[in-house]
Amino acid sequence: MFELDLFLEAFPVLLEQFIKITLVVTVLGSVIAAALGLAWAILVRQLPSFLSVPLAFVLDFIRLTPLPVHLLLVYYAFNSLSGLTVGVLVFGVHYSTYMAESYRAGIESIRSGQWEAATALSLPASRTWRAVILPQAIRNTLPSLGNWAIAMFKDTPFLIFISVVEMVTAARQFGGQHFTYTEAFTVAGLLFLVASYPTAVLMRKLEKKLAY
Amino acid sequence: MSEFLEGLTTALPRLLEEGLQATLISFAGGAVLMVIVAVLLGVAGHQGPGWLQVISRVIVEFFRGTSLVVQLFFIFYAIPTLTGVDLGSTWAAIVGLGLNYGAYGAEVVRGSLNAVPKGQWETTTALSMPWTTKMRRVIWPQAWALMLPGFNNLTVMLIKGTAVVGLVLLSDLTFESDQLRRQVGTWPAFVAVLLIYYVIALVVSTIMRLMERRAQRKLGLGDYAIRQARKDTDQVLAGAVAADGSTGVGGGLGTKRDPDRDREEPDN
Repeated sequence: MFELDLFLEAFPVLLEQFIKITLVVTVLGSVIAAALGLAWAILVRQLPSFLSVPLAFVLDFIRLTPLPVHLLLVYYAFNSLSGLTVGVLVFGVHYSTYMAESYRAGIESIRSGQWEAATALSLPASRTWRAVILPQAIRNTLPSLGNWAIAMFKDTPFLIFISVVEMVTAARQFGGQHFTYTEAFTVAGLLFLVASYPTAVLMRKLEKKLAY
Repeated sequence: MSEFLEGLTTALPRLLEEGLQATLISFAGGAVLMVIVAVLLGVAGHQGPGWLQVISRVIVEFFRGTSLVVQLFFIFYAIPTLTGVDLGSTWAAIVGLGLNYGAYGAEVVRGSLNAVPKGQWETTTALSMPWTTKMRRVIWPQAWALMLPGFNNLTVMLIKGTAVVGLVLLSDLTFESDQLRRQVGTWPAFVAVLLIYYVIALVVSTIMRLMERRAQRKLGLGDYAIRQARKDTDQVLAGAVAADGSTGVGGGLGTKRDPDRDREEPDN
């Protein structure tokens, strides 16, 4: 039933897609998401309410609706963009809304005395954020950002919706050619497990280390 | 603009007629299986003997570590060739979603059992309660109130997760909206489907909120106490003066509404 030959044959094929597409999208997407998420968290807090309320609503809307639909929408609405670009952008924006929540929690965990001290020293807002709040808040937020990055990594197969051939799509094609899917999907699952489990363990360690 | 609205009014009823059923079925089935898997694996992982804890850990990490799409494909394509049992699209979707999100849920259950104050466990031992009584009468009601916010998040994730069941040939909302795109245009079709998903998520989330309140009220946290506890939580979270246990709610339950926030709470 389970053929080792096919398993070994599928391995390099999938590994190549894994490195070329899956990892690239995850890394670039995470960078975008982490930067945008921080921007959202600060903006929602700093903007006057007639701007911050709509912004918070938009973020909520994105967070509560499915990623595959976002991918399809952007892919067809801006059809000059390549699938890979759409993937990176949509993953980045979608996950930035989750990361914004993590940042928010991190920022809210800063004791009010810190804000008050900054006010007492009449620091300008930019310096309060840069020198007082963020260094403490991000320390609290980092592990949670890592967990979202892992979640994004496991969502990369959604790229199949916009016809980007990443690892799992390649596995399906491989299975179709050889009339058996077991080996190829086993390889795909293993690669995910091998990449995501150690990272998750590392994150848990980091979380413990960073905790006050 | 009028074209967009026209497309939207064509798309919305069509989607409600055609894709909704498959989405709701895979959501409802997935949710039921998710809770069953979560409770079994979570309780086993917390209460079971050592070997059972290891097994439940391995299962949880396996389903959390490999992607949902891989699991769906495996169930749909590989299981039939391996075992000769063909589940079909609907059941493949339900089983895939239930196992995947159930594994995440198991962590919620385990964490909540862990968060029940130690004194409660010790008391049941002191009273030498049998395990079933202890769970049913003392531990579970408290853990249940703690795990509902986690399950609230997970059910919303599950709704969004159903968007991939089109990959195992189920014509769900996402699949239908992709078909509709050719008729009514890109924006109307996808905006319509986003609205439907949003409404479903809001409705489910509200129901979960009500269940949360009911669970808290059953623990003797009345409306006033809940509101008070929430206010205190918000105050603490806003970094204001520490609320010095003025609510007197059992074990500070009200302050544990959101485990994510709770973790970030300053220790005062």
